[in-house]
Amino acid sequence: MITKEKVSGFDVLKVREDFPILKTLANGKPLVYLDNGATSQKPKEVIDVVKKYYDNENANVHRGVYYLSQLATDLYDGSRKKIAKFIGAKESETVLFTSGTTESINLVAQTWGRQNLKADDEVLISGMEHHSNIVPWQMICEEKGASVKVIPINDDGSLNMEVFEQRLNKNTKMVAVAHISNTLGVINPIDKIIEKAHAMDAKVIIDGAQSVPHIKVDVSDLDCDFYAFSGHKMFAPTGIGVLYGKRELLESMPPYKGGGDMIDKVTFEKTTYAKLPFKFEAGTPNIAGVIGMGAAVDYLDKFEWKTIIEYEDELLRYATDKLQKIEGLRIYGTTANKAPVISFLVDKIHPYDIGTLLDQMGIAVRTGHHCTQPLMDRFCIPGTVRISLAFYNTIEEIDIFINALHRVLKMLR
Amino acid sequence: MNLKEREEEIVDEFSIFSDWMEKYEYLIDLGKEANPLDPKYKTDKYLIRGCQSQVWLHAWKQDGKVRFESDSDAFITKGIAALLVRVFDGLSPEDILHADLNFINKIGLKDHLSPTRANGLVSMIKQMKLYAIGLQHKTEI
Repeated sequence: MITKEKVSGFDVLKVREDFPILKTLANGKPLVYLDNGATSQKPKEVIDVVKKYYDNENANVHRGVYYLSQLATDLYDGSRKKIAKFIGAKESETVLFTSGTTESINLVAQTWGRQNLKADDEVLISGMEHHSNIVPWQMICEEKGASVKVIPINDDGSLNMEVFEQRLNKNTKMVAVAHISNTLGVINPIDKIIEKAHAMDAKVIIDGAQSVPHIKVDVSDLDCDFYAFSGHKMFAPTGIGVLYGKRELLESMPPYKGGGDMIDKVTFEKTTYAKLPFKFEAGTPNIAGVIGMGAAVDYLDKFEWKTIIEYEDELLRYATDKLQKIEGLRIYGTTANKAPVISFLVDKIHPYDIGTLLDQMGIAVRTGHHCTQPLMDRFCIPGTVRISLAFYNTIEEIDIFINALHRVLKMLR
Repeated sequence: MNLKEREEEIVDEFSIFSDWMEKYEYLIDLGKEANPLDPKYKTDKYLIRGCQSQVWLHAWKQDGKVRFESDSDAFITKGIAALLVRVFDGLSPEDILHADLNFINKIGLKDHLSPTRANGLVSMIKQMKLYAIGLQHKTEI
């Protein structure tokens, strides 16, 4: 058995001390939280920063001439700089705050899409996309007479790159692909996708919701046109997210929402808009969320990515190995390059039955279609049980989960 | 047995279990033991909306009473549906319509269901009452 000491020299017990909720009980049992793909838990540093903001620093930003407003504005703008650095964006003005990945993608579809898509144009998405990277494109394509095309998935959960190249053509105006599949954990070769798409003059938006908490992301190296992600999956509060975009694209796009803070000059005849990033941030923003997200970046910055990746890889391999030994269990997403996410089914047992019983033993997993119904259709299954790990999970927790799963399967078989 | 007696019987059965794993085990057994529904009723027409696992409910009228049978692709849901069928099957439409079920709270089932399952449970009861309304004035074939 691999023990925690053997795993990459990573002191997971010390890390767990940073997350107060991990000491909580669920149904009277110690919580084993394996649903990090849905949302991650928050370190004390993030919680404290949000509390401190409301205790001592709350004021509206970019408005007041007084001390508190200036303080809040500095914290707010400071967070943008931290997040820009975190994702390798060269200019912090290219980092827009949104409510999350979903809003980020909708923003691009409704502004860039409305401005650029015409009849017969194509948006190329992948067969493993989350609904939030499917529906916004369907909505704008329907409006414009454009169409959504799909890159199919191989049996191991990887993208069929041959068909991708076939379906990428001069009508393709946008390629919208997840960096990491929320359901399968598969890491997509987005560098190749971006390169090929650009060679065809198509733009690329990457759904990075599942990648930012697990791997180092560098939007400049990737050369993607847009990169969308959420705070709450990377240890920050809910309701805050980011859209990174290349400056020239963001500057050419019309605003998404009208209101305060996004204007340059308003008259009843005509309004001119503020510069980036404010053009896209109408109204009072989620200031506490932004500052909390900055604190989450500060927290993550204390770790080496290499250590996080190695540790999570150990967890993934250990859990995969244990699961594969269970008779009748099938894992969906079996590529070599994966984030610590495992989707599985056992025989014909319904995922909800497994999830409900695991919950009784304090184990939080996700069951269902994971907002990827077309992917479920691809594998002809109604849903899966999914465990998604974070670096505060332990080998011991995986053992608890596996033992519980054995007990559950005995009941259900 | 009237509705109240049926409910009491279920509450009694559940009272012997000390924890919820045992109660779930019992529900699963009920699900496993329940007769499967004729495949001709396992269609969209008989599917109950609002359940995350699929539940099919078939109702008909016999000797002035409403008869029910159900099925699900998940054992726990099938067990819960079997309990509801046990409570309502063979009662008059009026009794079903006016029924104010309390066994669910008494055995603590609702507190132990995920929100999606709890919604599903509400949908199941609602659908059974709708069938009762529909069958109230329907002549038997």
